Amino acid sequence: MGTIDRRELAAIFAGGMLGALARVELSDLFPSAPTQWPWAIFAINLGGAFLLGYLVTRLQDRLPISSYPRPFAGTGFCGAFTTFSTLQLEVLHMLEHHADGLAAGYCAASVAGGYLAVVLATALVRRVRVIA
Amino acid sequence: MSPLAWIGVALLGGVGAVGRFLIDGAVSRASGGSLPLGTFLINISGAFVLGLLDGLALTGTALVLVGTATVGAYTTFSTWMLETHRLREDARFLAATGNLVLSLGAGVGAVALGRLVGTAL
Repeated sequence: MGTIDRRELAAIFAGGMLGALARVELSDLFPSAPTQWPWAIFAINLGGAFLLGYLVTRLQDRLPISSYPRPFAGTGFCGAFTTFSTLQLEVLHMLEHHADGLAAGYCAASVAGGYLAVVLATALVRRVRVIA
Repeated sequence: MSPLAWIGVALLGGVGAVGRFLIDGAVSRASGGSLPLGTFLINISGAFVLGLLDGLALTGTALVLVGTATVGAYTTFSTWMLETHRLREDARFLAATGNLVLSLGAGVGAVALGRLVGTAL
């Protein structure tokens, strides 16, 4: 079993606090009905995926042992800012309202967009590093 | 929402994130860590719980605190995407595709099942 690093847990906790606050605030500002495109969660998930891809790729090769940016910003903030459960509940509500096309489109666009966001962020970091 | 509720959102968001980290670590150690099973189990279990809360007709601040803040921070989309991308970079195409398709399928199934159980309670 791994040993528990309390400072690492504290960093994740702090990042998780900020991520959840930002997501709840944005969902509050941009609410959506079950038959509408859920722009808030869609934008949060794609933006968070881009940020995580960027962070992890940047930190990958030069992570010092006593460093907390990844637990704080990656596991904590990006992890808690983005969400899977709300996306799935939104899809269920769309299906219940017979908006099957919307549900399929939302799933496809979230997965394709989120994946593409990581691809772009990774490529961006690696290209910058090659130039630098 | 009241200032106290916002403090609750922050604290429970932190709890959700730490819970995700600890469970992911435990699952990865138990499974050997070659597949992103930790995130998969976290997302499916979280989808079930959120469906359950929806079925129980939880509303208002209670729903925001338990559902949006805690379960929302516990499950994650960004790590799911990052892990899928890294599988594909390692040329593990089947695992990458499976991680997307199975997560989506099991996620909708879990949220529907949770809702069914919540409605029945």
